[in-house]
Amino acid sequence: MDPKEIETMIARGIPDAQVEVRDYTGGGDHFEAIVVSPSFEGKGLIERHQLVYQALGDAMRAQVHALTLKTLTPAQYQNRR
Amino acid sequence: MADMIEKIESAVKENKVMIFMKGNRSFPQCGFSAATVAIFEELGVPFATADVLSDPELRDAIKRYSNWPTIPQVYIDGKFVGGCDIIRELHETGELEPLVKAALAATSAARG
Repeated sequence: MDPKEIETMIARGIPDAQVEVRDYTGGGDHFEAIVVSPSFEGKGLIERHQLVYQALGDAMRAQVHALTLKTLTPAQYQNRR
Repeated sequence: MADMIEKIESAVKENKVMIFMKGNRSFPQCGFSAATVAIFEELGVPFATADVLSDPELRDAIKRYSNWPTIPQVYIDGKFVGGCDIIRELHETGELEPLVKAALAATSAARG
């Protein structure tokens, strides 16, 4: 799977999300994603990750072997830099 | 399926820290499982593990149980806390240890 495809799927599933996906190993099945969205506001980490998994749907079960996730609100993202 | 859910429920109830993983604590079969186990080893707290690779039915059931598509999965005090990334993040922010200690303290208080 192409990292760009994953970016598109996450962005489609989570409104206003800024998404950056990297292929972790170059093998097309281990990915690393940073997702920044105001919709994470007031949500715990489990809920945030579940939103991302939902956006990926069946691809998460079938094509993606592993996805390392960082889920941040815009404010948290600002603080990181 | 129902049996499997019961098995999961009793495992997370009986073990204050329960990790569903690939392999076991001595021989993790996946980098994410290994990293998760390493964090709890570092904290030096008691924990139990179940190997989903040796039990495909468990592997399927645990994903439904928590509505979470990936392994490992960590349960503290019967509650799903997260996978590798979340545990790592909670450990980095210093939130994990108090969470575990509180769960363990609750047990000994109940027994005492």
